[in-house]
Amino acid sequence: MKILVVCGNGLGSSLITEMNVKKALGNLGIEAEVGHTDLATSKTESADYYLGAPEIIENLNDGTRKIIGVRNIFSLPEIESALKENL
Amino acid sequence: MLDIIMKDILGTPAILVGLFALLGLLLQKKSISDIVSGTLKTIMGFIILGAGATVVSGSLDFFGKMFEKAFHIQGVVPNNEVIVAVAQNAFGTETALIMLIGMIVNIILARFTPFKYIFLTGHHTLFLSCLLASVLSVSGLSGVALVLVGSVILGLWMVISPAIIQPYVRQVTGSDDIAVGHFGSIGYLVSGFVGKHLGNKQKTTEEVKVPKSLGFLRDSSVAVALTMAIMFFIVTLFAGQHFVETKLSDGTNFIVFAIIQSITFAGGVYIILSGVRMVIAEIVPSFKGIADKIVPNAKPALDVPAVFPFAPNAVIIGFLSSFVAGLISMALLPLFGLAVIVPGLVPHFFTGAAAGVFGNATGGRRGAILGAFANGLIISFLPALLLPVLAGLGFENTTFGDADFGFIGIILSFIVKLFT
Repeated sequence: MKILVVCGNGLGSSLITEMNVKKALGNLGIEAEVGHTDLATSKTESADYYLGAPEIIENLNDGTRKIIGVRNIFSLPEIESALKENL
Repeated sequence: MLDIIMKDILGTPAILVGLFALLGLLLQKKSISDIVSGTLKTIMGFIILGAGATVVSGSLDFFGKMFEKAFHIQGVVPNNEVIVAVAQNAFGTETALIMLIGMIVNIILARFTPFKYIFLTGHHTLFLSCLLASVLSVSGLSGVALVLVGSVILGLWMVISPAIIQPYVRQVTGSDDIAVGHFGSIGYLVSGFVGKHLGNKQKTTEEVKVPKSLGFLRDSSVAVALTMAIMFFIVTLFAGQHFVETKLSDGTNFIVFAIIQSITFAGGVYIILSGVRMVIAEIVPSFKGIADKIVPNAKPALDVPAVFPFAPNAVIIGFLSSFVAGLISMALLPLFGLAVIVPGLVPHFFTGAAAGVFGNATGGRRGAILGAFANGLIISFLPALLLPVLAGLGFENTTFGDADFGFIGIILSFIVKLFT
């Protein structure tokens, strides 16, 4: 399973979020490959789930992708519950 | 042998940065495969960012010439990625060393002072390292002295910058768990202040109807391509078909030329960004891992979009207000005898949006609009004032975009002048 974390530039928020998603996955005992990139690249990179701030990830919501919106990228509880709900 | 180590190994910035990543991965006891791939990808990222610089240089040069012909004044496109990538030839080693030691200084300060901030926005750490390397070099420092002075200033600002805006960040997020690490902090400080004194906290931006359609600008590649296409188009019209086709485009139609050059610029920025992404992808997690072990109660200072979801309307309003200030500044700057700073969609987006969020937290919609407007003026005037400081370094037509780079660069060059 691959989760792609997306933000505007692909190196600020998405990197930190990737680190926290990996931590959350560890807590939940789920195994997945996690990567991060910018919005432009994400459109052509395939993943099982795309995760990011709601306003960013909306741009990827074309009906063919599974998207997960997370408001507070540093809240492990919020990330964990978003993952539990969507995975 | 020592010569090879000093000049060729440590003197090649890509390898130097790769060694930092290697050190960080070893300290974190990662697996051999992680260590090998992480180190190689970091070196590759640095080389990629250099490659991006060559793609951008040509188009930036054409833009400068067209602007000069069209308006008889220097036109500058402030873009952090571009100036830093271009600067690596001259200052790559110093940049890398300042960055590494600066991060160590950050950890030490967080460990022994009440400022527990760990600055995690890696690309800004890289950019400020480069600014410091350039300004201190112009001011006459070199070698060990340059690296030490630069690292201490970097480490200090990595802690002070989040600290000065934390009161506003607390108002935005409603907690003290996260901080913001972003070198536009001077602009945010001003915006929060403006909001507090001129705004009305009760009337928040989140109750206003704001078109969501502008959200596509959060894709920075699109934003850069769009800005440059519009700018190139306008400038080429004013420079004139004859000038462009005889002097610059080798006969190609001037409009076609302008469009291709603008997208070339955007493409180059995209390449630089992907290189920077790879460089910091291993360094930031190592930095955080080590900091967490050494600094109890470490507070992560995150890239500024971390606060955007708390006030999405303020993001758009702030961006628009800041950008308008940038446009107006294009007319104001020449009146002060300064070069024209072309307002970039990306700096006005990220910093204007942030200024909007902070301005809204302290002063509602009026705070967001006025605060972001102030930010827009700041990121037009500070880069213009920074230009003479970096003159002679060969960074034509571009400079650092965010407020703190200009602020620190200008003050630093003042201070060094006092001593020499």
